[in-house]
Amino acid sequence: MKIAVCVSHVPDTATRIKIGADRKLIDSSGVTYIINPYDEFAVEEALKAKEKIGGDSVVYVISVGTEANKETIRKALAMGVDEGVLLKDDNSRDSFGIATALADEIKSLGCELVFFGKQSVDYDNSITGQITAELLGYNCIPVVVDFKLEGNKIIAEREIEGGREVVETELPAIITAQKGLNEPRYASLKGIMASKKKIINEKQAADTQNYSEVIEMNLPLSKQAGRIIGTDSSAIIELVKLLREEAKVI
Amino acid sequence: MANKILAILEQREGLLKKISFEAASVACKLAKELNLEVEAVAIGAEINNLGDVSKYGISKIVHFKNSELNNYSSSGYTDAVTKYAQETGAACLVLGNTSLGNDLAPRLAVKLNAGIVVDCVNLQVEDNQIVATRPIYAGKAFIKVKLNSDVKVFTIRPNVFNAEQIDNVTAIIDVNEIVSPNLKSKVVSFKKSEGKLDVAEADIIVSGGRGMKGPENFHLVEKLAESLNAAVGASRAVVDAGWRPHREQVGQTGKTVSPTLYIACGISGAIQHLAGMSTSKYIVAINKDKDAPIFSVADYGIAGDLFEILPVLTEEIKKIKS
Repeated sequence: MKIAVCVSHVPDTATRIKIGADRKLIDSSGVTYIINPYDEFAVEEALKAKEKIGGDSVVYVISVGTEANKETIRKALAMGVDEGVLLKDDNSRDSFGIATALADEIKSLGCELVFFGKQSVDYDNSITGQITAELLGYNCIPVVVDFKLEGNKIIAEREIEGGREVVETELPAIITAQKGLNEPRYASLKGIMASKKKIINEKQAADTQNYSEVIEMNLPLSKQAGRIIGTDSSAIIELVKLLREEAKVI
Repeated sequence: MANKILAILEQREGLLKKISFEAASVACKLAKELNLEVEAVAIGAEINNLGDVSKYGISKIVHFKNSELNNYSSSGYTDAVTKYAQETGAACLVLGNTSLGNDLAPRLAVKLNAGIVVDCVNLQVEDNQIVATRPIYAGKAFIKVKLNSDVKVFTIRPNVFNAEQIDNVTAIIDVNEIVSPNLKSKVVSFKKSEGKLDVAEADIIVSGGRGMKGPENFHLVEKLAESLNAAVGASRAVVDAGWRPHREQVGQTGKTVSPTLYIACGISGAIQHLAGMSTSKYIVAINKDKDAPIFSVADYGIAGDLFEILPVLTEEIKKIKS
């Protein structure tokens, strides 16, 4: 079976965000980029699926973006993915635009099982997997913490408010991975060496139009630091009084 | 002519969730400013409090009824809402940014050829256009976005928009039986988690971090949470250490929350954590280290030993609650 995993290349979560000069993008100078944390769970699950299905199964890693995304593609290749695809674009696409490019590539590769991270930690949209699935006419289960494939049938548990939903569907399908789905493997030295010889196909991302237009980007209003009421339990009466009478929250 | 705004309601076990009233209220306000009609759409079997959305200004409710759609089905719900939105000429759909809304909204957007903005914390009409504001980078920044598609889909963050009650509205409930829904993908069961309340839905959250020193001490956080009818949250450090389940994690790789009151116990305040909770209305920090970054976002702080403070605080809260 042909399996795909779609990854994004995002600022490290420790990044202190600065707004760029055009006020529409962040200032990326000095920012370290990493594989989106949720995508590591997606890569692991794709590799596990390949191991389970066996035969001549192959896993592709696909990313939409600039040359810089190759670093993230290489990371997935080092973990054990077979082949990479970079769909080149100038990073100006919204979720719809990214999904259009991914759907086009997944279709031409003929992948029946596709994994995404549940959201990328830059724009936090968490909709690209679902949109890609609808464009392809695939089933889709988002935010998955447990995944089982039996023949054509998928039984997955997805995390929702207050518990887990057990969802059943069939291939072809897209699964978006939540933390807790698995423990992503580390890339071994051998894997890292092997990844250097693996192929990354580069092509122009399929044409699309954006439906959304960013008007401006802003930092949150900085909150004024409050007060330290005390240093031991004698401050508790005062704290309870403030919460009750000033904040009126209890 | 597209002239309607639809609020898509969400029910669980036959009861509308609070977010449904927030979505209804937002849809009514937008409709008024844009001079459009507004309706609410619900899917499921019996919904006991369905008429209650009228209190928020809705005068027509469309109920797609089928016992097999009482549990969520992405295919079944997508088909039902898409069909109705197309027939009725919907210009705009408003959903909650819940697990259900986040699953359903992007599918509807594709089917309706619509642009989509998720997790909105503000929706304003400027020059007869809807301008949405949403957090990015888990709240480290915000973007203002507009959509240039004919049909527009928005999901709203729970607990942010006030559901304002409007008197004297009676709603007509139009019931449509759905025959043989599309169940290509369906929820077959629900496993309730042990914790009482979910951090994503709670009004008050009590969170613990590495300063708790071990999983065996979290009963102090749980007891305080219980006294306040609050959810228990956790920092990434304690989730990664296996002390607490991931569903409790607050921050950039966990949940972004905006409760009325957030009490951080033994949490130093890494940038990823602050991003996930700094939009809480009131923040209380209890931490030994008076220089911890958490105090820079806290309204009230106690720079002391939480093992001494938490039990006394729990007793004081119990006293005023009794």
